[in-house]
Amino acid sequence: MRKYLTAAIVLLLGRGHARRTPRVLPTAPPNPGAEAAAVALLFLAALLGVGFIVVYAVSSLPDQTQLLGAALGLSLLSIAGALIIVGKKLVVTEELVEPYPPDEHPGEQELVVELVEESGERITRRRLFKLGVGAAGGTLGLAALTPALSFGPLFQTKYFRGTPWRKGRRLVDEGSRPYRASDIEENDFYTAFPEGSTLQSREDLGAPIVLVRLPKSRLRLPPELAGYAADGIVAYSKICTHAGCAISMYRAPLFQPDEPRPALVCPCHYSTFDPADGGSVLFGPAGRRLPMLPLAIDAKGYLRAKGTFDDQVGPTWWGTHIWRPTP
Amino acid sequence: MIRRAVRYLDTRTGTTPIVRKTLRYLFPDHWSFLLGEIALYAFIVLVATGIYLTFFFVDSTREVVYHGPYVPLQGQHMSEAYRSVLNISMTVRAGLLIRQTHHWAANVFIAAIILHLFRVFFTGAYRKPRGLIYVIGVTMLMLTLLEAYLGYSLVDDLLSGMGLVIGYSVGLSIPFVGANVMSWLFHGPFPGQSTLWPRMYIAHVLIFPVLIGTLLTVHVLLVAMRHHTQFRQTATETERTVRGVPAYPGQAPRSIGLMFATAGVLFLLGGLVQINPIWLWGPFHTYVSTNGAQPDWYLGWLIGALRLVPSFDLVIGKYTLVPNPFWGGVAFPLVVFGFLYLWPAIERKITGDTAFHNLVERPRDNPLRTALGIGIVTWVLLVFIAGSSDRVYVWLNVSYTSQIDIYRVLVFVIPLLAAAIAHRVCEELVAGEKVERDERAAEAEARLART
Amino acid sequence: MTAHVALAVAIAALSTGQGKQLYGQYCISCHGANGEGVAQARTIGGAPQRIQEQQSARGPSLRGVGALAADFYLRTGYMPLHRIGDQPRRSRVLFSDLEIRDLVAYIASLGSGPAIPRPQPQLGNLAEGLHLFTDHCAGCHQVVAQGGVVTGALPPALDDATDVQIAEAVRIGPYVMPKFSETAITNTQLNSIVRYVDWIKHPDNRGGWAIGDIGPVPEGLVTWFLAAALLVALCVVVGKRLKRA
Repeated sequence: MRKYLTAAIVLLLGRGHARRTPRVLPTAPPNPGAEAAAVALLFLAALLGVGFIVVYAVSSLPDQTQLLGAALGLSLLSIAGALIIVGKKLVVTEELVEPYPPDEHPGEQELVVELVEESGERITRRRLFKLGVGAAGGTLGLAALTPALSFGPLFQTKYFRGTPWRKGRRLVDEGSRPYRASDIEENDFYTAFPEGSTLQSREDLGAPIVLVRLPKSRLRLPPELAGYAADGIVAYSKICTHAGCAISMYRAPLFQPDEPRPALVCPCHYSTFDPADGGSVLFGPAGRRLPMLPLAIDAKGYLRAKGTFDDQVGPTWWGTHIWRPTP
Repeated sequence: MIRRAVRYLDTRTGTTPIVRKTLRYLFPDHWSFLLGEIALYAFIVLVATGIYLTFFFVDSTREVVYHGPYVPLQGQHMSEAYRSVLNISMTVRAGLLIRQTHHWAANVFIAAIILHLFRVFFTGAYRKPRGLIYVIGVTMLMLTLLEAYLGYSLVDDLLSGMGLVIGYSVGLSIPFVGANVMSWLFHGPFPGQSTLWPRMYIAHVLIFPVLIGTLLTVHVLLVAMRHHTQFRQTATETERTVRGVPAYPGQAPRSIGLMFATAGVLFLLGGLVQINPIWLWGPFHTYVSTNGAQPDWYLGWLIGALRLVPSFDLVIGKYTLVPNPFWGGVAFPLVVFGFLYLWPAIERKITGDTAFHNLVERPRDNPLRTALGIGIVTWVLLVFIAGSSDRVYVWLNVSYTSQIDIYRVLVFVIPLLAAAIAHRVCEELVAGEKVERDERAAEAEARLART
Repeated sequence: MTAHVALAVAIAALSTGQGKQLYGQYCISCHGANGEGVAQARTIGGAPQRIQEQQSARGPSLRGVGALAADFYLRTGYMPLHRIGDQPRRSRVLFSDLEIRDLVAYIASLGSGPAIPRPQPQLGNLAEGLHLFTDHCAGCHQVVAQGGVVTGALPPALDDATDVQIAEAVRIGPYVMPKFSETAITNTQLNSIVRYVDWIKHPDNRGGWAIGDIGPVPEGLVTWFLAAALLVALCVVVGKRLKRA
């Protein structure tokens, strides 16, 4: 009741002042409750803002990130609350109707067409002129794009074939210690790099291999890979042929009869490869088997590469089967 | 005071007529029309937090040794980029809050775009004269996915490195040109040269944001030029008039309130819910990987597709025509985006409807479109869910391999089923409304007869 | 002095006797009399903690596995298996501490095998631990040891693994896990790994609510079911809903 009374008084007083222009918005009575809430929220936001600064300044606080986030987030939400109250309760919300803009402007369209056509009237050999414009624009556009070729070798794909492995290179572990054949035990798997590789060159897809020893009786290497194993030890590229992740899982059953067979598995899309069978695909999306590295054991018992991989390393591309990997 | 400010601006810029028009721009009022605004506000938060992060991020893969406060990584070799993000998370005060907010904002940004896309698609708001606005919107979605992927990759932690090499492999799988394009982009084969990181960085902080920002501006301006669509609220509403709340004072406080609310929610998440704790993942090397590696949710549909494709490369003679990742990583998103781009034209062809539309339809009013949309959404969603089958194996103990086998069938069956159900539901709803209307009419007639 | 030794020998003999009895009750049907293993599967019935139906049983020899393996399988509840052929999982431990000691002593007496390891994580180095864990373990167990998936098996999360069990598992390679000898992972390195796994049970979640420490999947769930849901609800509050025509 009091609300309406004050509204009426405000309205009456308002009448006293002569207005030069008519009102734009319809009038509505004030809403003290909503107003109080909005003001309270704004001051709360201010308080939380101060809180943010204080929390920032005090470095020793535990959970500082949480307090900072809570202060800032709640401050912003308080402002949001105040604004939504303003929008819903404190400003006049009129629903107006007006026409949509016209779908088309046929007259204007016609004018633009005329303008363009008339502007070219003095040119007599139009086709030649257009050809000239096209040639100039086209070649200049091409010229502008040419420097982008410096980004990288667009036409040279030989880099995809390169591997650091070559005949006689020893296999070393992450600490650069050469592997002896006797280090490699059944049911374990080992990551190896070519001897002499640097931290940087070990990041190349061709560098890391995974070593596994299987009972010689269980090896079923395809004929073209005969001689790739050394004393039951087989070596494959550690990079999945599907999407290039590191094959960091070795499924090594403890009790063969009841458990899944040995397999190298990639954790990205679970491509599963058979180390006994030249790295053939047992499951998953990989489209080809793992490249295999031929191994030999030297007189001192060290493992050495007998050459490079039988197939290109890394994810498959159009030239994967055209070229052999190059050392 | 206000008068002086207005006069000051008018005498110097002469824009008062435009300002007046803008203030009185009519917003048709419906909650679903605000979804696009959420995306816009998330983008603003992204830009603001992103700018802060650029002051601390180092775009270099130079090998360094970590000596910061985080004990488990002390003495480890890592890239300078990764170390700088560790520092943002550990030693830059408020750095972790900003970083996490940035990441949450990216996740929410894309979620909001997709909700907005659903609204536009299922109400037919893309129809003439708003086709261009729609095409720009779809393009922005695509750019945003790339932009977010770049941001995820820049950190060079274990997960981001695995994501990057998968992206590289997908690029490599493009028939005829894949290897050339990737060699060009990465400056040689993976992991590329020292030029790669600055390149990705400038794309992430300048090229893509500017592209998205420009398209966003054009998108919004075109919406204003063509004016918002609206639902038919009364029987007499026509295509010719718009009914709505003026920008000022009706709409502005609500929209700005929504902006503050979006920012508030994002900062709350940024402070309270941990996202991508990169210090736990450790640095990336090509020869290590971790189980359970997943991309952020907006690329989940692609990892699902990559995992579902059976083992084969398409090889002709010695020429590999289509390496395996192409199907899941390129063909699948191409089909989805191709559909989004082409659907308005296809619909015009099917219905022969080339008229201008300012009134949007409710999903039930157009069962064909709704059914098709639901079918496609279900398809993508299923592939998406298939992408987390490894986690489902952990949580529910359903063997991974059998899940994949089941999904390979389900992704073709369930979408058809969902589309059929959606079609039926639409028809039923419309029929139900008609019955209700008839009943009311009959009642009114009866009342009239009684009096 | 000699009396002590004699007593110890007597107790040992006694406990192996007790262990043999337990072995006969719970283990013999799969691992065979005197632990020589069962190669030809044979049909057995239900037993305590085993599924109550007929199943065909076979199992590896336990000669030479030593106290190490016996201790691991019994204290994790991996053995006895609920269903033969399944992946052994952490479950309720069937035996009392004393019974386990007896059983372990008996199995250790079947052949010379490794003793129960005594890892000393306090001597390990956390950074080396993370590094080694990433190299050898993260592929299956996930880098924060939250467990993962390999085709055909579920590498478990390591939340409940004790120091001794971690060391034992590394040496045994239970189920399809690779086994790491002392040349592959030295005892010093093992200390570091154990230290890391202990540490990662309570990781540094300075970012707030950890939502599982497994990255994007729960993050996506929070994005949609918390953030997006909240913001859509807000849109509904701020905007208008359609009135029924």
